[in-house]
Amino acid sequence: MRASDWIELALFISILAVLNKPLGIHIYRVLDTEGKTIFDAIFKPLENLTYKICSIDKSKEQNWIEYAIGLLLFNFVGMLLTYFVLRMQHVLPLNPEHIGPMAPHIAFNTAISFGTNTNWQSYIPEKEVSYFSQMVGLAFHNFTSAATGIALAAAFVRGIVRTEVKTIGNCWVDLTRITYYLLLPLSLVGALLLMSQGVPQNFHAYIRYLPLDSKAHEGACIIPQGPIASQEAIKLLGTNGGGFFNANSAHPYENPTPLSNFMEMLLIFLIPSALTYYFGLSCKKLRHGWSIWLTMVLLFLVLSLSCYWLEHAGNPFFKPYGIEQLTNMEGKETRFGIFESTLFAAVTTAASCGAVNSMHDSFLPLSGMIPLFNMSLGEIIFGGVGSGLYGMLLFVILSVFLFGLMIGRTPGYLGKRIGAYEIKMAVLALMIQYILILGMSSMAIYSSWGRAALGNNGPHGLTEILYAFTSTSQNNGSAFGGLSATSIPYAICLALAMYFGRFFVIIPVLAIAGSLVCQKRYISQMVFPTSGALFVFILGATIFLLGALSFFPVLTLGPILEHLMMARGKMF
Amino acid sequence: MKPSKNVVSFWSLALIASAIKEAFIKLNPFSLWKNPVIFVTEIGAFITTIEMIRSSESFSFTLQISLWLWFTVLFANFAEAIAESRGKAQAESLKKTRTVTMAKKLLQGKEVIVNASELKKGDLVVCVAGDTIPSDGEVVEGAATVDESAITGESAPVIRESGGDRSAVTGGTRVISDRIVIKITAESGNTFLDRMIEMVEGAKRQKTPNEIALTILLASLTFIFLLVVLTLVPFLKYSQAPVSIPILTSLTICLIPTTIGGLLSAIGIAGIDRLVQFNVIATSGRAVEASGDIDVLLLDKTGTITLGNRMATEFIAAPGIDHYRLVDAAQLASLADETPEGRSIVILAKEKYGLRGREVLDTRAKFIPFSAKTRMSGVDFFSADGSCCERRIRKGAMDAIEAYLKEMGASIPQSVKEIVEKVAKNGGTPLVVVEGKEVLGVIELKDIVKGGIRERFARLRKMGIRTIMITGDNPLTAAAIAAEAGVDDFMAQVTPEQKLNRIRQEQALGHLVAMAGDGTNDAPALAQADVGVAMNTGTQAAREAGNMVDLDSNPTKLIEIVEIGKQLLVTRGALTTFSIANDVAKYFAIIPAMLMSTFPEISPLNIMQLRTPESAILSAVIFNALIIILLIPIALKGVKLKTISAENLLIKNILIYGLGGVIAPFAGIKLIDQLLFFLHLV
Repeated sequence: MRASDWIELALFISILAVLNKPLGIHIYRVLDTEGKTIFDAIFKPLENLTYKICSIDKSKEQNWIEYAIGLLLFNFVGMLLTYFVLRMQHVLPLNPEHIGPMAPHIAFNTAISFGTNTNWQSYIPEKEVSYFSQMVGLAFHNFTSAATGIALAAAFVRGIVRTEVKTIGNCWVDLTRITYYLLLPLSLVGALLLMSQGVPQNFHAYIRYLPLDSKAHEGACIIPQGPIASQEAIKLLGTNGGGFFNANSAHPYENPTPLSNFMEMLLIFLIPSALTYYFGLSCKKLRHGWSIWLTMVLLFLVLSLSCYWLEHAGNPFFKPYGIEQLTNMEGKETRFGIFESTLFAAVTTAASCGAVNSMHDSFLPLSGMIPLFNMSLGEIIFGGVGSGLYGMLLFVILSVFLFGLMIGRTPGYLGKRIGAYEIKMAVLALMIQYILILGMSSMAIYSSWGRAALGNNGPHGLTEILYAFTSTSQNNGSAFGGLSATSIPYAICLALAMYFGRFFVIIPVLAIAGSLVCQKRYISQMVFPTSGALFVFILGATIFLLGALSFFPVLTLGPILEHLMMARGKMF
Repeated sequence: MKPSKNVVSFWSLALIASAIKEAFIKLNPFSLWKNPVIFVTEIGAFITTIEMIRSSESFSFTLQISLWLWFTVLFANFAEAIAESRGKAQAESLKKTRTVTMAKKLLQGKEVIVNASELKKGDLVVCVAGDTIPSDGEVVEGAATVDESAITGESAPVIRESGGDRSAVTGGTRVISDRIVIKITAESGNTFLDRMIEMVEGAKRQKTPNEIALTILLASLTFIFLLVVLTLVPFLKYSQAPVSIPILTSLTICLIPTTIGGLLSAIGIAGIDRLVQFNVIATSGRAVEASGDIDVLLLDKTGTITLGNRMATEFIAAPGIDHYRLVDAAQLASLADETPEGRSIVILAKEKYGLRGREVLDTRAKFIPFSAKTRMSGVDFFSADGSCCERRIRKGAMDAIEAYLKEMGASIPQSVKEIVEKVAKNGGTPLVVVEGKEVLGVIELKDIVKGGIRERFARLRKMGIRTIMITGDNPLTAAAIAAEAGVDDFMAQVTPEQKLNRIRQEQALGHLVAMAGDGTNDAPALAQADVGVAMNTGTQAAREAGNMVDLDSNPTKLIEIVEIGKQLLVTRGALTTFSIANDVAKYFAIIPAMLMSTFPEISPLNIMQLRTPESAILSAVIFNALIIILLIPIALKGVKLKTISAENLLIKNILIYGLGGVIAPFAGIKLIDQLLFFLHLV
């Protein structure tokens, strides 16, 4: 790594650390119904108007079942709306390219994809989606799915923090306040920053031109246009990841400069990182919040640096030909290089974003395994907005139970008992993810339609399918590439993976919140450490061990085997 | 902690033999399914056995795999059986005392002989010397000595009498002297003895909350690993790497947490058993587990923190009085005083000042015993001519002596009053000694704090447990003793209601409270406490209100009870961690082995350099089975619990059972691999 790479990495982590407190405090106020924020002057009237129109009683709180039903219904209706927008975009406005309706199975897949904060794209945006669909059908979900994630995290945190009550907040109030006071203002800032780097924001028709060497080409070239900056900001900020263009953040219009690349990575981690501070503040244990943050950072550093070093080492295959010191630049933008490409890959898969600035398919086997492993850990290394925090807290609960017995007490977390019910729900959430990843990818690899879509054979093909189902079940949305997942069975299976991966998991999550919130708080001096090196170690070890034990066999058949065979000169 | 007398050793041949037999009986799948991990193992063993018969390929290998899988199940069953066996042996000896007893029931003043099993609650029965008490009850008339060795193992008889706090009698114990009338409080089948038998036998053993949660976690892990292996099949097919059913089964069984799954119930049974060894009977496993969570201990001062009685510790002479004169007078005044305080004065004088107890019981001395009216005691010496009195010595509390002196027109000098106050402030009880009108000085009586108790409280504090001393003393004395014993808090001049309220208060603050008690007025507090230990000598009400009974009636045991509860939880956690950590090495043994024939490139993953694929898989399976047997002693004895802070305890256990759990199987599997090779088994 060059010195500038180290500096960039250090700067990246430090800026996150510095922004944690102010943003964490802001989120704390946003999630408090009566909290005062700096945006009250602008958005308070809008907030009240929203309550009036939707007849929301903001003082009325909900128990976990009401909260869950509210969120599920809201997202379901939203996805239905998007489906029809995509199907009818040819008759809707803002379609200068006269793009036709999206195919039903792709529209189904896309609606679920954006509704679940996944943003898996089985379509080519600049060819198949109008400006209206982008801004109304898709960007709408970029906001609401992010708000849903944060609302869930808030509900979960309330479950831990409150004692001997039944309610965990009001989902309508949470969604409204998160959107107005957190996502909108930050996206606006993000969009302006990106525009400063040259990201376009317009409604022009695509530009057609004849290149100078036009003889070599048939007809004119096309440069797509559109309201890119506004889409881009929330795509990253809400860990959505659905690109305005097919090439996603590798496209010069989405991510023109190294500086914009840096900003994009920051935007991805910004909210998930600050949520740990919000959590620490809520449970009045700032050190606990920071310890969770530190666990995330350490796991992230280990994985992203190994990804870099593996990729930097280059392909041993070329060594016998006397080609030395060749890093693996395949599938990468030269303006980013190895470091910024691998770092972005680690960021986007650690957080459940899914935006990409390089083709993960072209990584070497082991470095390509790291984004995959990042996702299979459960999208908790910062993770998705909100989902990263509650996913991480599930692991905290599991590790507190697993290791907590060893201090000789009934395992307790911040004074709440971790009993049979909490364990049942926590492992249920984990099992749903494993069933979706392992079950659905093994089903796909077993069936002829599954194998027909492969771009490569051998272990690499296996990785392509595994990556697709891991990315969708964990609501990441990044694509490994190589796999043509537009067939009807793929579109439907991947959509189901996304839907179950998101909305089946939130039920046990809210159930835990509902159970913890009723409990009284036990106070003891002999408690499980919730901060410090020991806690960080225990949490990190639990996450790593559970992930490794569950995925080691299949990863052996995929990337590990591919790597070992590559070392012997066999490639796929 | 030292175990009590009636201990049955685990490793007697008879017990092992019966446990082996039991291990086979437990193979019955209809009872085994309650333990999901071992149930899955049995299915795996069954499948490989079928496969061995069905397929002709690599018979020897499949035979060995299926044998070792059956051993895994048997070892797990054996662990449970051996844990149960000791309880069963104890239950057998208890059951003997339950043989048909006849009872003399009082019907309208007449004694009628009935079978003990026909007695109802509220019946009155008569027991005389030599009778076995037919059922639990309360003495309503008379007093008797009772031999309770059948349940306590203590051969010295105890006194049971009507009224007061020693009225409870237990069915199955024997009256040695006198006659008592007993009101029956428990019907046949529900007596203390019955419950005790159930408890030690584990017949009605219900899973405790923690155990249920852990079982769920283990079942889920089993499910996850089943999923991992089952979904691997299509991936293997895609990779064109055929793997046989016995190998896939071996992988599954090695991954699922068989170690802790096999030992879990043994740990629970052994925990209760360890309490029984300490002569404490818990009404449920739940109570044992709860005792590990206790963070507030309410302890009575007398008998728990201090020795039963106050003792003289110092003689303080009044200004101008010869020290020797005071000691001499004090000893003379106490020579005939048979109270423990009185005796302690004589002993102190002897030990500290070399004054021997003199035989002054000549006719010239007349001893004045303590009376409630004067609240003094002392001695009068007649003059040689028989007139009263040459010397007249009195000792007593200051106010009593003051009144006594006032009658004679004298008073206690200010200097002595100051001494008295100082003694009281230090937690002592001052006795003023006077001869005639002259105040000689003060004897300091003190509660003697039990040796080593301060260290034990310090240990408890490190474990995060607060101790609260309860006493009827005045706050000044209480404070001094509390400071000396090193308790965290005290309550002085306590009424039973205050005790109850204090428990409620602590619970409302989020604490879990344990207390020991014996009297009927302790019953509400015992019931309210999360762990209430009733003394066996106590009343029936107290014994029913608590969730544990201490047969030795030693309240200090609360501390051991808490430790046993903690040990139970730590053992479960440690072995779970160990079991899961083992999986890492097993992966590195089995995964390369099963792919080796298709992909020779995989060999760098065989980091243990195991000889052949068969040997690698077999070694992992054998290690997986043997580790259960090797860990049985830890499961039964419990993980050693050095009382250190939560964090240190955690670090220590993570190092031993977590890190050790990762490393041990690497060494173990490699060793077995070598052995298999030398024995030509693969």
